[in-house]
Parts: sequence; C-alpha cells; structure tokens
Amino acid sequence: MNPAVREAEILVVGGGAAGLCAAAEAAVAGARVLVLESDLHLGGQLVKQTHKFFGSKDEFAGTRGFKIAGKILDEMASCKDKIETVTNANVMGYYPEDGVVTVMVGEDEYFKVKPARIVMATGAQERLIAFPNNDLPGVYGAGAVQTLMNVYGVSPGDRVLMVGAGNIGLIVSYQLMQAGVQVAAILEAMPNIGGYWVHAAKIRRLGVPILLRHTIKAALGDVVVEGAIVRSLANGETFKIDCDIICLAVGLSPTAEILWQAGCEMKYVPELCGYVPIRNARQRTTNDDVWVAGDAAGIEEASSAMVEGRIAGLDAAASLGYEIDESRFGVYEERLKALRSGETASRIRAGLARVSANGFLGGMTSDGFQ
Amino acid sequence: MASSNLPVDRSFESGVLNGECPGAVLPPECLWKKKKNGFALIECPQRIPCNPCATSCPAGAVRPFADINDVPRVDYEKCTGCALCVAACPGLACFVVDLTYGEDLALVKLPYEMLPVPSAGDEVDCVDRTGGVAGRGSVVGVSEPLKDHTRVVSVSVKKDIVSDVRAIRTVN
Ligand SMILES: Cc1cc2nc3c(=O)[nH]c(=O)nc-3n(C[C@H](O)[C@H](O)[C@H](O)COP(=O)(O)OP(=O)(O)OC[C@H]3O[C@@H](n4cnc5c(N)ncnc54)[C@H](O)[C@@H]3O)c2cc1C
Repeated sequence: MNPAVREAEILVVGGGAAGLCAAAEAAVAGARVLVLESDLHLGGQLVKQTHKFFGSKDEFAGTRGFKIAGKILDEMASCKDKIETVTNANVMGYYPEDGVVTVMVGEDEYFKVKPARIVMATGAQERLIAFPNNDLPGVYGAGAVQTLMNVYGVSPGDRVLMVGAGNIGLIVSYQLMQAGVQVAAILEAMPNIGGYWVHAAKIRRLGVPILLRHTIKAALGDVVVEGAIVRSLANGETFKIDCDIICLAVGLSPTAEILWQAGCEMKYVPELCGYVPIRNARQRTTNDDVWVAGDAAGIEEASSAMVEGRIAGLDAAASLGYEIDESRFGVYEERLKALRSGETASRIRAGLARVSANGFLGGMTSDGFQ
Repeated sequence: MASSNLPVDRSFESGVLNGECPGAVLPPECLWKKKKNGFALIECPQRIPCNPCATSCPAGAVRPFADINDVPRVDYEKCTGCALCVAACPGLACFVVDLTYGEDLALVKLPYEMLPVPSAGDEVDCVDRTGGVAGRGSVVGVSEPLKDHTRVVSVSVKKDIVSDVRAIRTVN
C-alpha cells in the first residue's frame, strides 16, 4: 500500500496495440510514461491473435498478431528508462476535481496517480445476446475462448457453434480448427458474411458451414451446454445442432467508463459501436488533458489502433513542451487515410465524421475523401 | 470434420468463389498450359486494406497497388510460380498451379497451417472450396518459405480437378 500520490507526465491506460504505441511514441519524444494494464501481461488483444494480420508493411502486415505485440515491446525497450509499465493494475476512476486517477493492483493493493496527461487506450468489451440458457457453462464470448486457447493453451471444448461471421467469428473459428476443435457451424443473421471474404473462404475450405440468415434460439442442456436450437430467419424453421460450446462473436463496444468520468463529451455512434468521445485530429478529447486511441475510440482494427496511438502519444508529448517532428503527424494521418479508404471501412468513415470536433479530418466525409 | 447434415451454402456471400471476378482471375490458358512451375492464382475478390502479396513478390509479378485496398492483379510475364505469395498472404488466398507437372497430373501449391504437417509421399484428401473431397493427391513437398509456420504444400493431383482443389486434409 502506498497512500502517496504518484506523479506521471503521461499516463497510458491500457497496454494493448494503441496504448503501447502511444507509450513508445511519447517516450521517444522524451516524455516519461506510465502504462497501466489490468491484464497480467501487456499486448491487449494482440497477444491472442495467432493469425497473420492484414494491412501494410508499416503496420506489420503478414505478421502474426502476438508477434506484433513483441515488436512494439522491443521498440519500448529501446527507451525503457522513460517508460514504466505495471500489469495487473486496473484503473478504477478519474476524479475531475483534481485529475487524480485511482488504481487497483491485484485484489488488495491500491494507489493513486496524478498524471499531467492521459492517453485512454482501454480497448473494447464483448457484447452478448439474449437467448434462453445463455448462462449455461459452455456459452462463451469469443475473447474468452481465445484466452483459454491461445494464452493458456487450454482447449475450450470439443465442438463449437460459433455465433457471428464477422472477422472475429471467422478468425476464432479458424484458430479453433487449428487447435483441433471441431466447428459445427457459424451462424450469421445477415444475408452475407460480415468479416473479410478471404477469412470466410479459408474456413469454408475446411468444411465449416456458414449459415447465413440464421440465429441461435436457445442453448440446450441441464448443467452444461449440450447443443443449440438454431432458427432460420428466412423461413422460421428451427433445428438442433450438437455442440458443447457456444461461442458468441456478435460484436464489441468501446470501453468508455473512464472517459465518461473524465467529463469528455461523448456521443453514441452506431458505426463505431457505442459511446465514443468527440476528439480532434490528434485524438485529443474535449478534456484537454485526455487523448483517446484504438478500440476505445471506436471499434476498428489493430492497424489503425496503432497509428492512432502514435498520434495520441506524440501530441500528448508535444503538449508538454517536448520537441517533436511535426511532419510525423502528416505521415501517420496518411496511413490512417489509406487504411480507411476502402469499401470495408465506409462505416468507420461515416462514424468518424460524426465524432470529429469541427470537421477536422482533412476533408474526410462519410463517403470518401475529398 | 464437416457437419454433414447441414445444407452447404455455395454462395459468394458465404465465402465461396464461383467464377472469375476482379481479384480472382485465372491465367490465360495458352500461357498457363506451357508455363513451367506454374502461375499464381489469387482468390481475393474483395477490396480490403492489405498488400503483402504485392510487397512480398520477388519478381514484381503481383502488380504494385496504387491503393492498399486494390485487389491483386498478376502480371504473367513476370510470375515465376515461386509461391512466395502463397506463404505471405495473410488471407491464405494465393495458390500456384503448375499444369506442366505431368501428362495427367498438375502440381498445386497451397498454404497450410494445420496439424499434422504432411510429408512428401503422403496421400492426402484434396478438398474444394466448401471442404468436399475433390479427389486424392500425393504430397510432393512441404516447405516453410518465411519460417513463420505457414507451410506451402505441393500436391500432385489429376488435372481435371485443379480448378476445385483449394486445400488438403491429411488422412491416416
Ligand atoms: C479475434 C480477433 C481478430 C483480430 N484480427 C485483427 C486483424 O487481423 N488485423 C487487425 O488489424 N486487427 C485485428 N483485430 C482487432 C485488434 O485486435 C484490435 O482492434 C486492437 O487490439 C485494438 O487495440 P487497443 O489497444 O485499442 O485495444 P486492446 O488490444 O483491447 O487493449 C486494451 C487494453 O486495455 C486494458 N484495459 C482496459 N480497461 C482498463 C483499465 N481500466 N485499466 C487498465 N487497463 C485496462 C485491457 O486489459 C487491454 O489489454 C482482431 C481482434 C480480434 C478479437
């Protein structure tokens, strides 16, 4: 227990793709950075991703997600005298009166930090859907299945019914197959897969059916999951699928609690999957001391989360008076623009247009770039 | 491993290619028939922000992207059939098909990230885009070009199924 209030120039909340890049960038600029991560290790979602990432070379395309985390940690190690990281440290609250942040370490240790600047990079939370028996053991979120399988090396079960054919549902299905777990089927309510077509194609080749316009009606079982009732949205027919795991991959919502506490102006933006803070082109929120980056700013991808983190870290360092190379912003903004320029990112563009303080996004509009 | 009792959706919307389209075109037959080591076949019909096929090609045969969202286009003047794209593509969407391998046999090089890893000489099931068995094939070689756990398996198959074979399944 340390009742004293710790000082920090820049506090980064969350040690995922966005937070780690923010920390590296701010430290390179000269700022002293404290990274607090509630998990037992750094890396966020990246450490669970065994597949190769998309994107361009700048965002490590073609590299497996967990290796990307390692690369950013290596970068941080090159300025380790500037960066302190604490894992198992859950940021619980922000007190706007004095800007103090409260932190729980493990179950019974507690401390306070008074940072000059904060980068919020708290990532996302999984959504669940309601259906009878969804509280049976064996009903998991995709994140939990990934943690079991890819972090702890524990097989979640023998036969999985995946709900949701977005990228997460498709990728986790593939990872399950790699782990030797059967995937009975992937259900998708929409008339087309939501994730990248190639992710679906590689699962289909392995013989996994994707049932479009189908949803889960109920989980079956007394003590644990023994199957599921599936319903066609096209004709209302129901049928049973045998499985011992039901894995929900039905979307994420930005983790925004501390942003609310910090008094940031928030807006509900369906395209970004929930409440997100209004911010300027440098990721700065309406609370001048607070920046946001990554999934906490809107559900997107690690590639853009990393770039947003870099912009936030750089700008936070600049605001403290550290000398930075202004042209970096231009480079990062170009990268974001490229990542967001395709059809698959049209939702993101529409969402960003709604949270941009005074239309900053370099002429970006919801249907493209001017 | 497939759930045999469920209907098999073969629609494009469910992740199954059915016919050529931008990002998924076949090499011109006249060149392809005679091309030693084969040509790359890429099945990447959706514009997504991803370009390792182009940036990893040592011959510059996957035409450079103007926009990272471009779909790949192969320059058959340059493609050597080296299969580096097969190993590099994060979407496992690149294949190489060599029609000169034998009188009745073609060589298909495909990405493989499953266990067990087959060995040269093994007989394997060659499966189509929905996991159905298209026929048997014989593994000619297994390499790991980028040393990153994505194997490139070269399998010889009857020529008449080359357009269907897009994965293999080991058999015991
Ligand atoms: C299955 C799957 C596949 C994916 N595939 C790809 C892909 O191929 N390409 C791609 O670009 N992206 C991919 N993504 C998306 C990518 O992983 C995320 O967009 C990215 O990790 C977001 O980074 P982040 O730093 O914003 O959030 P996260 O990685 O989620 O990190 C947030 C961190 O904050 C911590 N945290 C939260 N609240 C607190 C708190 N109060 N106190 C302390 N710490 C806290 C969390 O523990 C977490 O470690 C995939 C995601 C999933 C789930």
